[in-house]
This record gives sequence, C-alpha cells and structure tokens, in this order.
Amino acid sequence: MTGGKGISPCLLKKFILKNDFNQLKFHIMRKSSAGLVKTQYYTFAAPPNGMRLESGKRLGPITLAYETYGELNTDRSNAILILHALSGDAHAAGRHSSHDRKPGWWDTMIGPGKAFDTRKFFVICSNVIGGCMGSTGPESIDPRTKKPYALRFPVITISDMVQAQKHLIDHLGIKKLFSLSGGSMGGMQVLQWTLSYPDMVRSAIPIATAPYLSAQAIAFDEVGRQAIISDPNWQQGQYYHSARKPAKGLAVARMIGHITYLSEESMHKKFGRRLQNKEKFSYRFLTDFQVESYLHYQGDSFVKRFDPNSYLYITKAMDYFDISRGYRSLDHAFRNAKAKYLAISFTSDWLFPSSASREIVNALQNNYKDVSYVEIRSSYGHDSFLLESAVQTNVIKKFLDHLLREI
Amino acid sequence: MLQIIRQDLNIIARFIEPGTKVLDLGCGDGLLLDMLKRTKNVIPYGIEISEDRIIKCLEKGIPVFHGDMDKGLEDYHDKSFDYVILSQTLQAIKKPFLVINEMLRVGKKCIVSIPNFGYFGIRFNLLFKGKMPRTRYLPYNWYDTPDIHNLTIRDFYEFCRKFRIRIVKKIFLKNINGKAVSMPVWPNLFSNVGIFLNTRHQEKKGKRYFKGAEHETDDR
Repeated sequence: MTGGKGISPCLLKKFILKNDFNQLKFHIMRKSSAGLVKTQYYTFAAPPNGMRLESGKRLGPITLAYETYGELNTDRSNAILILHALSGDAHAAGRHSSHDRKPGWWDTMIGPGKAFDTRKFFVICSNVIGGCMGSTGPESIDPRTKKPYALRFPVITISDMVQAQKHLIDHLGIKKLFSLSGGSMGGMQVLQWTLSYPDMVRSAIPIATAPYLSAQAIAFDEVGRQAIISDPNWQQGQYYHSARKPAKGLAVARMIGHITYLSEESMHKKFGRRLQNKEKFSYRFLTDFQVESYLHYQGDSFVKRFDPNSYLYITKAMDYFDISRGYRSLDHAFRNAKAKYLAISFTSDWLFPSSASREIVNALQNNYKDVSYVEIRSSYGHDSFLLESAVQTNVIKKFLDHLLREI
Repeated sequence: MLQIIRQDLNIIARFIEPGTKVLDLGCGDGLLLDMLKRTKNVIPYGIEISEDRIIKCLEKGIPVFHGDMDKGLEDYHDKSFDYVILSQTLQAIKKPFLVINEMLRVGKKCIVSIPNFGYFGIRFNLLFKGKMPRTRYLPYNWYDTPDIHNLTIRDFYEFCRKFRIRIVKKIFLKNINGKAVSMPVWPNLFSNVGIFLNTRHQEKKGKRYFKGAEHETDDR
C-alpha cells in the first residue's frame, strides 16, 4: 500500500513514543482507504402499490442497504455506482470500526488514489433485493403476515434489482451516473442498468460477466440449490423460527460455488495434493487434503453470514438473466445503449469466460457503440476480478480519467 | 523512424473520407485513430494485442478491442466498416492471406502499408555483407524479429494479382534525411514504404480464388 507515504515523521514519532501501534496501523489504513464507513438504508415502495416486478408481482416496502465513499460534487455529476456479485454486500470499501479485521470486499479498488478514486468520485455501493445483507429479501418480515417471507418472497430478476437501485439513485438526487461497475452478477446489473436506464449512465465497466448465464453455470447453480433444498433442515424454507437451519446444504452449495470461482492452475498452486496437518492418509473419510479443508472452511464460514433462501433467490435471478430477452438478438438489445463501455475479462475465468465478454463487446461494436475490451492475464479464475487489482486499476483509471477530461 | 511512420499515417489519413467507420488492426497506441477522430470525425475502432498499448488507447479515449488478428475477424459482420487499416504489420502476421481476406470481407476498402524489403539498401546489405539486413525500418536480428513474412512491393503486386485484389491507389515513400518523400520512380528499388488502398475485384466466379487460398492458410 502506498498510504504510508502520507504520514508525517512527527506523527510517526508520536505513535511510536506512545507505543500505540494499533492507532498507527489505523492511521496508515485511513490514508489509503475509504476509512470508517457506515451502511445506510433507504426504504421505498410502500404498500399497497409497492414496486412492480418483472414477474408481474408486487413487492413493498423495499429497503436497500448501501454505502457511499467520497463526496458528491455540487452538480452531482461524479457518482459511480458499484454493484456486487452473488454473495457480496453493500460494504465494498473501508471498515465499519477500527477493530475490523477485513475491509470491504473491493477495498483494493475503491479509495483515495485507487481505481475508483474517492478523491474524485462519489462512490456508491448498493446491495440487491432478494439478499440477506440488510436489503429486503426472503428473511425480511412480510408486512401482511408479520413473519419472514421465506418462499412467499416473489422470485426476483436482475432487472428487478436494477429497478430498486434506480429508486436509490433518484433518492440521492443523481440524474446521471458518471460510471457503473461490477463483476460477475454485478456485471450483469451493469449491463441491465445501461439498457433499462440508458439516459442515466455515462459509462459502464462490466467485469468478468456475460450477456446470459451459460448452461454450465446454470447447472452449477442448480446443484447448489438442490443441496439446500434436499437438506432436511430446509423445511420448505420455513426454518427462520426453527432451531434447525439448512446449514449443511448451504455449505455444500458454497463449496461447489468456490470450485467454480477458482481455476485448475490456481487450485494446483494453492493446494496441490498437500495433506492437511498430517503426513499420512487417514484411510477414513476425514479431511485428508488441504483443498478439502479449504472448501469446508469456505462452506462453514459462509453459513454464518448468508441466508440459504437468499442463495436460492439470487442464483435463480442469475439463471434467468439474458440481456437479449425480449429482443430479436443480442445485437438488437444494445441498439439503444448510450453509455461508453469498458469490458474486462480474465484469461483463466471459465465460469464467465472471455468469450462471453467478447459477445457483449461484439454486439456493441456491431451497433457502432463506444466500447473497449481488455482481457487481463490472470491465473485466479473467476475470482480474478477481486484479486487482480494492479492491471485492473490501471485500465479503469485511464478509462475514467479520459472521461473526466471529456466533460 | 517516427517521422516516416507519422508520414505514413498522414497518407493513410488522406485516403479516408470524413465521417466513416474505420477499423485499425494492430492500432498500437491509437495515434492514427486519434488523428482520424479529431481531423476526419470518423468512428474509430482499434484491435491491439498488447496490454500496455491498449492502456495508451484508453488514455486517448480510443475504443480498442484486446485481440489477436491472426485469429481472424470472424465476429465482425460483412462490410461493417468503411475502411480496415493494416499499417506496417503485414510482415509480422502469421497468416497474411487470412488477414487480408478478412479485411476485405469486413471492410468496404482496406489500406495496407508495408515496409519494402526490396529497397536497395537492404539488397546491398545482403549482397555485400552476406547477412540478414537490419535497417531503420526493420531493426531486428534474424533471431528476434517479429517480421516473419518480409515482402517487397513487387511481391505485394503479385499477391494482389493472384488473389484478385484490386489496388485502387498506391503511394511510395522514401526516407531522405529523416523526411519522408514520395518516390514514384522504381519504387521497388528506391522506396522504404508502400501504401495501398485495396478493394475486392467484383467478379461472378468469386469463389475460384478461394481454392488456392485454402492452401495458403494451412497451418504448417
């Protein structure tokens, strides 16, 4: 991190004299990061009208969790909306308290001097409906029954998520977003935004995403869902007031997910065939290999923070996503797009492969839209968009800087 | 070098009508497209393989596609561009025929500029020194050169004749004291660079030359 440079020798001496390394660490962190942040909530679409969903059903009231970093300028023209992936949340950057071990999920990209530079931009990260991270989802209380929705929650789509976020952006008084960005499912929302509200978007950066989910990806999602549904503790989704929760099912779903987020190469490098805390095979069905231990850990820690029903709803929304639905072709879908696009993909990503990004780019080019495409070399698989920050930062910075000069 | 390349770009720019759609293969840092965008108000697109040069294009705001033109332009529709440009790159392509064929499919016209291997300096080099020539335009050693398909202006004529490609316009440049001047006399001997504006010959038995072509594109 470059943030340490900003600290004065005098201040450094003070911290060292007081032997206050925690304070020092925090100070360095604050220089390069979005600092201390707080999740905010916006509630709208009060019943009985609510918000009309793509399925025709109505949902309301709706709460969206969001965070903001940086300052909105006077003409409200410097806002960038960040959209998260399947298991993400509104907490994209900074820390909630100085004791937080980990910063937000995209802290490497959002902050002073970073790709989404909070000295220049007002960065908003919005959660999605259907989730369980503070926004309205199956875990929320249904105002009609005063109980959690569970499976009474309507099935939502990516365009419903985007429609809800549009309410938030209106609420913040922003007429036009300077840019939009997100990876994976976040990238799907980016594409949907540019087609649902073309006049509200100046530029868009879809990362590691696809114009529609492939059969292979739908298949993995379905295995994950079946793992949850076939867990006897799932109880038709009515487990909120029960002592038994479908934790095993969700953990298995997450384990499958994690395999698809990595690449063969990155798994080989990270784990190989190494054994976990042992020299010999156990010759029993215990955890022998490191890779097994890793997946168990990922599964178990996910259970603590994620609602199994939300997993069903959000994966379904991704499966349904096809940006060309309702149009004659993919080319036709992008005919009315107005944003400048920068699409990014990663060489080792097989869940959202480069070919999928190229389909988006070619469709835009066939409409003579302003679109650039970069394929970043990386071995981390689909997770690259969270990990490969150096090149990504450079590419995004140059793209945004040119747009800033154009104003 | 830079001087003559800029001159090269200026001449390419002269071939191009304002307000057209232009695809530049191997667009580098986007110099030509940036110039065309500003002076001729064209809709520019570049294809480039190097990450560093792509970033330079993004700096200029030139739409650029990260790709390898040796893999063809199959994702582009027929005649979707007014001009497709290949500047000083033909000699470094693995499958020159495939690329030119694709250029003529995707573009209504195409512009190709080539460094002339028939230039007398190069001939002398080989004749008297007996070594692979290294010049300002072809500055590499035989073992590290990206130029794997060096050609002369006469070679290009033959190529066009064989594959029924029409040369609409041509200009030859010679470098004199760092300045590029037009060299219409014996260009294959005296010019460093040839620039050609090509189209496909309109003919009914259009499929015929593809038979020979399949040979040319074989991977060996």
